[in-house]
Amino acid sequence: MDVFIAIVQILDSTIRLSVPLLLACLAGLYSERAGVFDIGLEGKMLVGAFAGAAAASVFHSAFLGLGMAIVMSVAFALVHGFASITHRGNQIVSGVAINFVAAGSTIILGQAWFQQGGRTPALQPGERFEAITLPGAAAIHDVPIIGPIYSELLSGHSILVYLAFAMVPFTWWVLFRTRFGLRLRAVGENPAAVDTAGISVAWLRYRALICTGILTGIAGAYLSMVQNGGFVKDMTAGKGYIALAALIFAKWRPVNAMFACLLFGFLDAAAIRLQGSPLPLIGKVPVQFMQALPYVLTVILLAGFIGKAIPPRAGGVPYVKER
Amino acid sequence: MAQAAIELIGINKSFGAVRANRDINLEIARGTIHGIVGENGAGKSTLMSILYGFYQADSGEIRVGGKPASIKTSNDAIALGIGMVHQHFMLVDNFTVLENIILGAESDALLKKSIAKARSELERLEREYGLEVDPDAIIEELPVGLQQRVEILKALYRGAEILILDEPTGVLTPAEADHLFRILKQLKEQGKTVVLITHKLREIMAITDNVSVMRQGTMVATRETAKTTVGELAELMVGRRVLLRVEKGEAEAGAVKLAVKNLTVKDSRDVTMVDDISFDIKAGEIVGIAGVAGNGQSELLEAISGIRRAVSGSVMLDGKPIDLTGAADPGELRDRGLAHVPEDRHHVGLVLAFEENENSILGYHDDPRYLKGPFLNIDAIMADAKDKIEKYDIRPGNPRLKTANFSGGNQQKIVLAREMEQDPGVLIVGQPTRGVDVGAIEFIHKRLIAMRDQGKAVLVVSVELDEIRSLSDRILVMFAGRIVGERGPEATEGELGLLMAGVERQEAAE
Repeated sequence: MDVFIAIVQILDSTIRLSVPLLLACLAGLYSERAGVFDIGLEGKMLVGAFAGAAAASVFHSAFLGLGMAIVMSVAFALVHGFASITHRGNQIVSGVAINFVAAGSTIILGQAWFQQGGRTPALQPGERFEAITLPGAAAIHDVPIIGPIYSELLSGHSILVYLAFAMVPFTWWVLFRTRFGLRLRAVGENPAAVDTAGISVAWLRYRALICTGILTGIAGAYLSMVQNGGFVKDMTAGKGYIALAALIFAKWRPVNAMFACLLFGFLDAAAIRLQGSPLPLIGKVPVQFMQALPYVLTVILLAGFIGKAIPPRAGGVPYVKER
Repeated sequence: MAQAAIELIGINKSFGAVRANRDINLEIARGTIHGIVGENGAGKSTLMSILYGFYQADSGEIRVGGKPASIKTSNDAIALGIGMVHQHFMLVDNFTVLENIILGAESDALLKKSIAKARSELERLEREYGLEVDPDAIIEELPVGLQQRVEILKALYRGAEILILDEPTGVLTPAEADHLFRILKQLKEQGKTVVLITHKLREIMAITDNVSVMRQGTMVATRETAKTTVGELAELMVGRRVLLRVEKGEAEAGAVKLAVKNLTVKDSRDVTMVDDISFDIKAGEIVGIAGVAGNGQSELLEAISGIRRAVSGSVMLDGKPIDLTGAADPGELRDRGLAHVPEDRHHVGLVLAFEENENSILGYHDDPRYLKGPFLNIDAIMADAKDKIEKYDIRPGNPRLKTANFSGGNQQKIVLAREMEQDPGVLIVGQPTRGVDVGAIEFIHKRLIAMRDQGKAVLVVSVELDEIRSLSDRILVMFAGRIVGERGPEATEGELGLLMAGVERQEAAE
């Protein structure tokens, strides 16, 4: 039974750790499916995390914090759009620049406003998103097997967790079942086809980037307002890059993206759980090894096991109207 | 004359200092097929892009159906019933036919309804115009002929009454082109107006009612097709008399330079494409290989030039064998005097992102003439490039210009200049004038004959029968991977056509 409980606990933290990855990964999916590479997921998440925690602690409202996180993250997404869509700049350079600006400005502003070494004040209850207890969780808690799964694993997460997982079918539906999705995928494959069909390539790509900004904003808010009780400098810690790896791994498909992020989340959860405790047969594994696993896994899987990941064909190429 | 579908009055368009269209006047009658011919860069595509809302004219007026029209975007053009089939298809390769057709013209925010509506509409269009295509097929799995059909359906689905086709046959096999022409005639019978942009005069003569000729941005003439000739049109296009058939003397064939014996080649799907072929090419003759595209010519060329592995057989160059394992060193073959002008200049012949001078020595870059110690001798390379530009009349004459910015005909000249100027003993040329203007064709043909007269052995593979007949001293016809007949240059088109279609040798001779 102990083993069972341990597994449930690892899976529970898998879900918690996957959420920011999943939101960022879906964010990248909108952008890259529209043909705009976005290496700035990391930066936008960081800005979202800072803006969310700062606004929540100043206005004492979790929802205002979330709103501000989204607004600031979208603003950064639009900067990326202005550089790479309107001015046809290099999308990688623009994304990297956004990451630098985000890393620097959040610390400077945090220090200037709150004088806590770049942190935001610890969020009080009501300023954070609290865990939601699903109906009947307490009642069913002692039922073997189902009880712990329902009350530990499924219940007791914040609203943003449920939102993140709801975004998976929603994103699939938007991409593959709506006019907007058809056009978005088309503009990532052949923008000239979209242009000659009488649709604005730029406006379509901007809309995709706004979707990206909204999702990275939520991802950031999750980090600073759910996982943590406030903003800490560089708290995204490379999650934006892991999300990008997950996106390639998922071949730019929403449901695959969820499983990829859950896998990376699981590795993370396992790494934390196994810290210091020896593994059977292998013995003690350095924590760095576990932390490196997601990346090693990406390389190995991309190299051979998942087949060729074909990115959207117009990805990374600014659209220039030429015949 | 019927009422005009489109009238263009005094259209001007400049790009910087280049005047692409000057004071163009054009009237296209409703329910006709109107051809627009001109050399590359004559301004045909610019004019049509203005009509389709891709560019804005600097001045001038467009009237559609007699009413002045303002066409600022492709949307405006579509709303006016103008549809365009671009030279490079504007399709999303991994979408289905239906998805491509509704893109931008979806009837509903949800795809399900749009697709259901499009499906029934598509069935109607397919019936009406004989444009069958599987609506659920993925574009990239369709042959180009069908992809083009999807483009036409796309325009018709948007209610196009006027259909503009930009160089529609450039990518088609002759059979596909014939089918396209039947479709266009059918569209005309249904009252649609078709504008056909091309530089192939035969096509103009075959299906248009009227033809307009453009030269250097101006509209030089409009003729009724029935009352003009290919010769007149060619002259109007180039601005001088053009020899459609280059004069040449008798060949003085010498020793065998290239001997192909029992060569068999398979393609990547393991289908036998070249089936036990043998032939010789002697010094001082041009051997032409005729055939409908896809009958093994490409694989034959690739095997001889050492790019593709041969299954069996041998190829002797000056009596010594060529490595046919597919691992031949192209540099070594060049050293032995074999020059190769590949069929597909974009993928094999040139690096489009390079400057002209770099492409003009590509593959010969380790020749001591272009080197200074371990470094490239830029001065020598530039001088060499300038020399070739002058000799081959490559325009614009700027060796520093990116190769992608040259027109197709001039890119072809860059490749030809590079290969011919190395003074090879054997020259293998695939599709020497594909996508090349009438004026440049004459020039290229003359150069090839000059090579022959210098005693070189020349092998020409072309799908253009006229070209083969005009150039060759001997004509080999390929069908289904075999050589089905050899004829002299006096062979008639009909006779060769029968051979190309695979009709038996005896029957053809009768």
